[in-house]
Amino acid sequence: MRYLPLTDTDRSDMLAKIGAPDIDALFADVPEEARLSGPIEGLPMHASEMAVEKHMRRLSKKNLAAADAAFFLGAGAYRHHVPASVDHIIQRGEFLTAYTPYQPEIAQGTLQMLFEFQTQVARLYGCAVANASMYDGSTACWEAVAMAGRVARGKKRKVVLSGALHPHYAEVVRTMAKFTEDEIAGAPPSLTAKPDDDGLIARIDENTSCVVVQYPDILGRLPDLKRIADAAHEKGALLIAVNTEPVALGAIKSPGELGADIVVGEGQALGVGLQFGGPYLGLFAVRDEKHVRMMPGRLCGETVDAEGKRGFVLTLSTREQHIRREKATSNICTNSGLCALAFSVHMTLLGEKGLRRLAMENHRLACQAADRLAKVPGVTVLNDSFFNEFTLLLEGDARSIVRDLTKRDILAGVSLGRLFPGNESLANGLLVAVTETTTEEDVETLASALEEVLA
Amino acid sequence: MARYFTDEHEWIDVEGDTATVGITDYAQGQLGDIVFVELPDVGSVIDKGKDAAVVESVKAASDVYAPISGEIMETNGALEDDPALVNTSPEEDGWFFKMTIGDKSQFEGLMDEAAYKSFCDGL
Repeated sequence: MRYLPLTDTDRSDMLAKIGAPDIDALFADVPEEARLSGPIEGLPMHASEMAVEKHMRRLSKKNLAAADAAFFLGAGAYRHHVPASVDHIIQRGEFLTAYTPYQPEIAQGTLQMLFEFQTQVARLYGCAVANASMYDGSTACWEAVAMAGRVARGKKRKVVLSGALHPHYAEVVRTMAKFTEDEIAGAPPSLTAKPDDDGLIARIDENTSCVVVQYPDILGRLPDLKRIADAAHEKGALLIAVNTEPVALGAIKSPGELGADIVVGEGQALGVGLQFGGPYLGLFAVRDEKHVRMMPGRLCGETVDAEGKRGFVLTLSTREQHIRREKATSNICTNSGLCALAFSVHMTLLGEKGLRRLAMENHRLACQAADRLAKVPGVTVLNDSFFNEFTLLLEGDARSIVRDLTKRDILAGVSLGRLFPGNESLANGLLVAVTETTTEEDVETLASALEEVLA
Repeated sequence: MARYFTDEHEWIDVEGDTATVGITDYAQGQLGDIVFVELPDVGSVIDKGKDAAVVESVKAASDVYAPISGEIMETNGALEDDPALVNTSPEEDGWFFKMTIGDKSQFEGLMDEAAYKSFCDGL
């Protein structure tokens, strides 16, 4: 068979065969007014490849790239230096496949890599078992909520969300809960130096399946996880800890150590660039091995083959959709393979000491930046503790100030007005992230620009 | 004591007002090595034909249905530590749960040992 376009004769033969007068007759089910008549107006004619490249390059100059700006954006996606060796290693032919293999045991290298990845995530989160990854932090967060419902055997239907959970994560949970009919109890965040742990604890009752707390939270503060875990456990609820900046865990105690039952988060910050908002990497782990069968997603296990040699398998797949159908623990039977590989390679290159050093450097630079910005008249630092991201209170609407500063090639941070649209009480809040990529000069640029616009 | 069988390969021992339920030797043979059994909560009330337990083997995970309606009185804790009991002693030590018997007419239509044997022979 030759792969040639259809000729007019081919078309009329086929139409005659099915008894349709013309191609338009095949679109009879689309309402007349929704159909396009004639060509799309206003589109230019085709152009040569060289001309298109030139055009695209000109368009791209309108972008303000992260590396060309004084960059302070965070709120769940962080700009870190990804060593060139990470990209080099993940592109090797032995590794480069973005998908979990369908005949998994043939791909021992892929399985071993996923096993090492799981080990790294489990250790980072202070948990017994991690899965082979999920789509991103927000979907991992929902999967944790759904898992808590399974652990409660559907008998507890209330989910208590911390007000300082990333609002996009909370939205994903609310969207999915429409289908499970869980009751989602949220709250707006309060602009206080410490998170409102008491208010959160007061909302937990006997009907609560889980409490979801971000650590560090959306404003960069550190909730007292241990205390919240104890309060949740007292009512028979699970504590789900959400982390959006894994580098922080090189400097602060892991959620698992502090009593969180399920720990989930976004893994983008390690090994995965900002890449226009995705694809990212969902991390998922459970503290206690007894919950392993309730976990969603794929799990790699270590075993021995018939000759007693070490080998790797996909294990406990009887929980999964291709076997359990509608009764599966989750409809996710795959993982973010390539992003997980990049995470794992970056973690391996850093090692435990390297991760700690990277974390301390982030924190040191963030403290310096906070000190400098606090000196700007009209700027107050909200947090009394933070890792590499903190909230500023500006004398003025943060959203419009951020917009003004982009004209000076400064990406000043994420305004709370953008994260929580419609919530006027948060309009002056600005979330500022500082990483090892932020220079003193960047901070000075931001500080002096703020001095000008707030004067 | 009377023993009944269902066409879902469960056995039911009836003693007074209590029914003990497990899966048959034929069923365990079909499933292969059992690695996990998920049992219902004691005190839960389950209707006839609804999911009561899950039995997981190296090949598959299968539901075990309540053969009659009633309340779960006791579950076999030994299966948590040693799910292979279902393979080694399916119709004795590998029982799953005990439940109350509301209405004895529920046993009508279930098979006795001889009927179940010829049912399996026909499979």
